[in-house]
Amino acid sequence: MALIEAAGLRKAFGDFVAVDGIDLQISAGESFGFLGPNGAGKTSTMRMIGCTSPVGGGTLRVLGMDPTTQAAQIKARLGVVPQQDALDEELTVAQNLAVFGRYFGISRAELYRKSGPLLQFAQLTEKAGAKVDTLSGGMKRRLTIARALINDPSILLLDEPTTGLDPQARHILWDRLFRLKREGVTLVLTIHYMDEAEQLCDRLVVMDHGRIVAHGSPRELIRTYASREVLEVRFDVPDHAQKAADVDGLADRVEVLADRLLLYTHDGDAALDALTDRGVHPQSTLVRRASLEDVFLRLTGRSLVE
Amino acid sequence: MTAQPTRRMPLPFPIAFRASGALVERNFAAARSYWRTFVSGFFEPVFYLFAMGVGIGALVGDIQVDGRAIPYAVFVAPAMMATSAMNGAIYDSTANVFGKLKNSKLYESVLATPLQPAEVAAGEIAWALLRGLVYSCAFLLVAAVAGFVQSWWALLAIGVCTLIGLAFASLGMAATTFMRTWNDMDYVQLAILPMFLFSATFYPLDAYPPVLQGVVQATPLYHGVALVRALMMGELGWGLLLHVGYLLALSAFGLWATTRRITRLLMT
Repeated sequence: MALIEAAGLRKAFGDFVAVDGIDLQISAGESFGFLGPNGAGKTSTMRMIGCTSPVGGGTLRVLGMDPTTQAAQIKARLGVVPQQDALDEELTVAQNLAVFGRYFGISRAELYRKSGPLLQFAQLTEKAGAKVDTLSGGMKRRLTIARALINDPSILLLDEPTTGLDPQARHILWDRLFRLKREGVTLVLTIHYMDEAEQLCDRLVVMDHGRIVAHGSPRELIRTYASREVLEVRFDVPDHAQKAADVDGLADRVEVLADRLLLYTHDGDAALDALTDRGVHPQSTLVRRASLEDVFLRLTGRSLVE
Repeated sequence: MTAQPTRRMPLPFPIAFRASGALVERNFAAARSYWRTFVSGFFEPVFYLFAMGVGIGALVGDIQVDGRAIPYAVFVAPAMMATSAMNGAIYDSTANVFGKLKNSKLYESVLATPLQPAEVAAGEIAWALLRGLVYSCAFLLVAAVAGFVQSWWALLAIGVCTLIGLAFASLGMAATTFMRTWNDMDYVQLAILPMFLFSATFYPLDAYPPVLQGVVQATPLYHGVALVRALMMGELGWGLLLHVGYLLALSAFGLWATTRRITRLLMT
């Protein structure tokens, strides 16, 4: 049975339709991603699942329950990592864990037993007595995740978990999330970065303007919506559209961006050779494997991080 | 999948608000870092009591209340106790709550846990009341030692002060949900100060012409002062229940409005 089930789920704020009738099935143990640009409806969907935003239309079942009437019971079994950390700045690291546990009605004795391993998981054992505002961004994020695990949640909801972190902090965080995944925690993430989606998600949906425009595993999506390889070429011109004719016919599909051309083909090197044979010499070239970024570009006509 | 948990039944106050206790615990943990503010809240009404009761009282002498001559300090002490209950409740439910609402986003993370808006409101208000309770007890002790208390009924004034606190804290928190900036907090003072000065705090109600008496009687602090004064002077009557009813009604309205506003602001 699916842990999260949505059918025709909608959410509107005044005239603005944030979520426009989406269908979802997320199973236990899965790592599921919502991918899309800002304003695509990812966060609104997450908040409805997290029972902090009333369902605007359609049906939603979380853990078999109805968020409208059983919000408290659902929330008791969720862990939520919001986009902004929202830690309790007036408390220490250890108090943040303990006080949060009390909101779930967990006994002090059990919290005492739990906080040690959670602090270790978050690599914050030495910081247990520190005030939260002395922590770095990466530390705060890890504490937020540790805090969300205090009730041993069946589902962990993470809204853009690595946004704003430096590369090293992101990698530490990925490592922590992988561990949770191995332990069987169902992860539901919204993601802004494509590499992250490829790393973390078993299955994902691409959202745009409140709708799901594609769904599948990262590999399936790449296979369906992109080619195996991509040849990127840059010219020293103000507008790359004027160079589109030069590469005509060399690839299955060509995408014109502001600063480069993307040639979708099964063999990037062959396309590059063919381009050279035509006597076209770009300023720089790059052959790479197709990524979810290309999928997104294809589906929505714009890149994800602008 | 295990069987669905049973739907939570609506339970009477305060059992339904067991979860709110966690928020009270949270505030207690946080209060350790600002205990000085906590202590200063006790001294303010005590200073007023001695400045007015002893200082001004020496000039005024005894005053006539309902045909009875009483020392001025005895008249003013209950008003100071009621006022401090109001001030404490207002501070905790406005400035404190505003900071959490706007700056720290505390409630957003609390609402992601099993706590629901009504429980958040109840938790914050309960904290304000607990703090007020400590002040009321301390104030009563000081007033009694100084000889300004004339009846054992005064012990009930502690309960009354909790009721005054409930009324003001619930209204204050509801009002805070409408505020946009710290400047809006001035409106609170604009409402509190006249009540402090004119709610038959420093002189009896009959000093006003009848029209103004009506205005004063419509404001909440007047009813709090009247109740505490009657208890501290040992002058009980059925009429006091009217004051209790007024404050209870106001509290119920405040709780309802706060819950509604928090739901509207944060559960969007």
